Amino acid sequence: MADLCDLTLAEARDGIRAKKFSSAELTRAHVDAMISARPLNAFISETPVIAKAMADESDKRIARGEARALEGLPLAIKDLFCTKGVRTTAASHILEPFVPTYESTVTSKLWADGAVMLGKANLDEFAMGSSNETSYFGPVENPWRKPGDNRARVPGGSSGGSAAAVAARFALGATGTDTGGSIRQPAAFCGIAGIKPTYGRCSRWGIVAFASSLDQAGPMARTVKDCAILLRSMSGFDPKDSTSVDMPVPDYEKALTGNIKGLKVGIPEEYRVDGMPAEIDAMWRRGADWLKAAGAIIKPVKLLLTTYALPTYYIVAPAECSSNLARYDGVRFGLRTKGDDLTGMYEGTRGEGFGREVRRRILIGTYVLSAGYYDAYYLKAQRVRALIARDFANAFNEVDVLLTPTAPSSAFARGEKSADPIAMYLNDVFTVPASLAGLPGMSVPAGLSSDGLPLGLQLIGRAYDEETVLRTAAVLEEAAQFEARPPVWWKQ
Amino acid sequence: MVEAVSIVPTPALLKGETGDWELVIGLEVHAQVTSNSKLFSGAATDFGSEPNSQVSLVDAAFPGMLPVINEFCVEQAVRTGLGIEAEINLRSVFDRKNYFYPDLPAGYQISQYKQPIVGEGMVHVDLPDGSVRSVGIERLHLEQDAGKSLHDQHPKNTYVDLNRSGIALMEIVSKPDMRSGEEAGAYVRKLRTILRYLGTCDGNMEQGSLRCDVNVSVRKPGDKLGTRCEIKNVNSVRYLQQAVDYESRRQIEELEAGRPIKQETRLYDANTGTTRSMRSKEEAHDYRYFPDPDLQPLQLTADYVARIKATLPELPDAKRARLESELRIAPYQARVLVAEKESADYFEAFVAAVAKRTGKPLQDIGQDCANVVVTELFGILNKEGKPIEASPISADALASLQALKMDGTISGPTAKKVFEEMFATGKDAAAIVEEKGLKQVSDTGALEALVDKVIAENPKQVEQFRGGKETVITFFIGQIMKLSRGTANPGLLNELLKKKLQG
Repeated sequence: MADLCDLTLAEARDGIRAKKFSSAELTRAHVDAMISARPLNAFISETPVIAKAMADESDKRIARGEARALEGLPLAIKDLFCTKGVRTTAASHILEPFVPTYESTVTSKLWADGAVMLGKANLDEFAMGSSNETSYFGPVENPWRKPGDNRARVPGGSSGGSAAAVAARFALGATGTDTGGSIRQPAAFCGIAGIKPTYGRCSRWGIVAFASSLDQAGPMARTVKDCAILLRSMSGFDPKDSTSVDMPVPDYEKALTGNIKGLKVGIPEEYRVDGMPAEIDAMWRRGADWLKAAGAIIKPVKLLLTTYALPTYYIVAPAECSSNLARYDGVRFGLRTKGDDLTGMYEGTRGEGFGREVRRRILIGTYVLSAGYYDAYYLKAQRVRALIARDFANAFNEVDVLLTPTAPSSAFARGEKSADPIAMYLNDVFTVPASLAGLPGMSVPAGLSSDGLPLGLQLIGRAYDEETVLRTAAVLEEAAQFEARPPVWWKQ
Repeated sequence: MVEAVSIVPTPALLKGETGDWELVIGLEVHAQVTSNSKLFSGAATDFGSEPNSQVSLVDAAFPGMLPVINEFCVEQAVRTGLGIEAEINLRSVFDRKNYFYPDLPAGYQISQYKQPIVGEGMVHVDLPDGSVRSVGIERLHLEQDAGKSLHDQHPKNTYVDLNRSGIALMEIVSKPDMRSGEEAGAYVRKLRTILRYLGTCDGNMEQGSLRCDVNVSVRKPGDKLGTRCEIKNVNSVRYLQQAVDYESRRQIEELEAGRPIKQETRLYDANTGTTRSMRSKEEAHDYRYFPDPDLQPLQLTADYVARIKATLPELPDAKRARLESELRIAPYQARVLVAEKESADYFEAFVAAVAKRTGKPLQDIGQDCANVVVTELFGILNKEGKPIEASPISADALASLQALKMDGTISGPTAKKVFEEMFATGKDAAAIVEEKGLKQVSDTGALEALVDKVIAENPKQVEQFRGGKETVITFFIGQIMKLSRGTANPGLLNELLKKKLQG
């Protein structure tokens, strides 16, 4: 039997149903791989006992002929999703001891469809970061290395643990969350696929909040089809989330027809930013050529406000974060340090509990919401955000989907940008605009850079039209024939 | 809506060293919405439960928890808005008011800041002299209550009870339209009455279901508004008046001593009846309001508002007007009857039952029925410190008594005695009358015998009467009433006596 960890999620699903192997075997293989991959630091909590119990339960169901959509498939869960009885940290010291008594809606749906939990994946603290270096539990290392260069490279962020686990083949798929690019950018850095669906597609209930108007859960996996399968299970209206949308969830797998004849694909020229490496530009053009060859019509479109997206995002997201993170005060759960009085307890708890990047964003957010600055920052940012959404709406009058690079570079070395927040924030330059507009965006592996690291292309679709995004992504994937794998250096 | 006849009161001026001062008062009333569950969670809202027994994960702001608006609370706010003649904003927005305190679990309160659910309205306040002060309403918005910090449970630590956390409040902000503590008190009473008629707030000030913050400033008549101070922690109508009286005196003294008023928040101390500075304008929190991204703007339809409007009960002003015009009840009594919804309900049930029993039109019996309720029933209830709901005599039982009086079965004085007996024992009127033989004697033959007997026994008084001292007739009435134990029909008796004495 081939290595079970080499199967895609779809192949594993079909193999289990055909009784070629059991979920217990499949899960065991992934748990072993997870344990041997500890040097990547992709997990904050491993849950092999739970995984085994879930796999055994799945096997019973399969024996009874009651297999569900994800029956017996082992997944990594970003440690931002609350999991009942399993510690949920958001990669923060302040939540280090926190064990929820409840299960997030998205993970509940995955378990209801038969999926198996391998563990809780590492991430940037409170999902704030683009390199997975801000985790209190240490950085995640990208399984990819530059040939001839053993320096650790970042997996991207914030869903870095999820991306690494999938890329290094110890999870068939993973959940991620994306606020400004946290699914798409790590997917690109690790050479896997990941989709951030339309804001409102997946319930946010039970996901530790970063920026409520932007946070959105989505799947990460090695193929577009695997993402489609996972997305269907994760999506759906939730009365407990007032911002979730009450619309039927399509069978996304069925959307992958391979046919994009006559599809209009927009190329937003404004994404050709200064200083973008030539090979990324070249890959972008190659992507457009592939789609054209498959019958799509390539059209340039204008997204004039693109340059304002990043500054807008870095006002809106910190503003919401400053308020969302006020609840971590040491009073009811999580870390509490002793203080002489209430203020002392607050200051000690929050000063010790939050890392530098989180503190920075809380301070920025507090500042932009303050009396006298609100209009100049927050209110103006909201207006620009509305204009950016309008820009996209106009573009989608002309085209069906947009093609852009996912990130302006390949995975950089650990420590390379951690001293310069602006350089770090620039990683999100291509992913943030769709986040601000609430639109679905997907990253697909498109090739390797000249130095042997994965590069991704991004597709952005109309609101609630994940089907077109996935269908186009599958065509890109087919054309790119991305078969490179990271060298398995971590097993020695 | 029946327009109240507005006799605008003349502002009572306060005398100071430098002349007269006018007092300007505006109120912010926090009214707890009557609802079984909280504003954004399904947790229960029962008062007086075990600490932290009515707390959901949302109320305790656990990670990943999200608020979901309670539609019933929205309906209650709209109903209240309609009850205070206010415009309903079809689109309103929930904002976060950010500040740190242990009894505020999320670190922010969900409130409505720039776009409240209810806009401008009006409350007509009845003043003791019969005049009406129309107080403008600036806005009404929905917000969450905070929990409670308990500082007296431990020598060093503070305990937090989150039962109240997340309970729906309506903040009702008046315009600065009141001119005395008395008016402010009357406004709160009237607002409370309206809320209770609407069933949107139980108005219980002792349990904190209705709380007030008062804004007070003073000015020379005709001047523009002075600098105001906000007084917090005013939790009864009596305290409200005390706080206003103290604060206005304090401000006048300050101004007359040449010290300008600083805008600040002050705390009322019920023990001393004084106010003291809590924080200055400079120390005020920067709440960093912004729209709550977890909630969509609240969008209502005109149809929805119309449907709620159609279910509004008759409100006190309209009811009072109807009692005066249709039941021909005197203004004072009408006002007393409508002041509490329960009293009004009792009265209306009573008068309807009387009409049914006697077949008489409401306009003929209204005033008499009002007298019975206001004078007799309220009199004895007040004396015993009982609310109308605790009356041992039901509206229907009282109606049976009233009917017996009206059809002449018993006399007025007997009715009073029967009433007292009913109140004491809860017995039925007819049973008491039967048991004690109190039926009015209207049988001419039986009365005639009594009259003859008394005339025969009192020749001296007969002499006096016939000598022109007609007032002596009361002596005879008294004697006969005594003999009949009050059951003699007074009209008939009078007639017979006159005839016989003149005879």
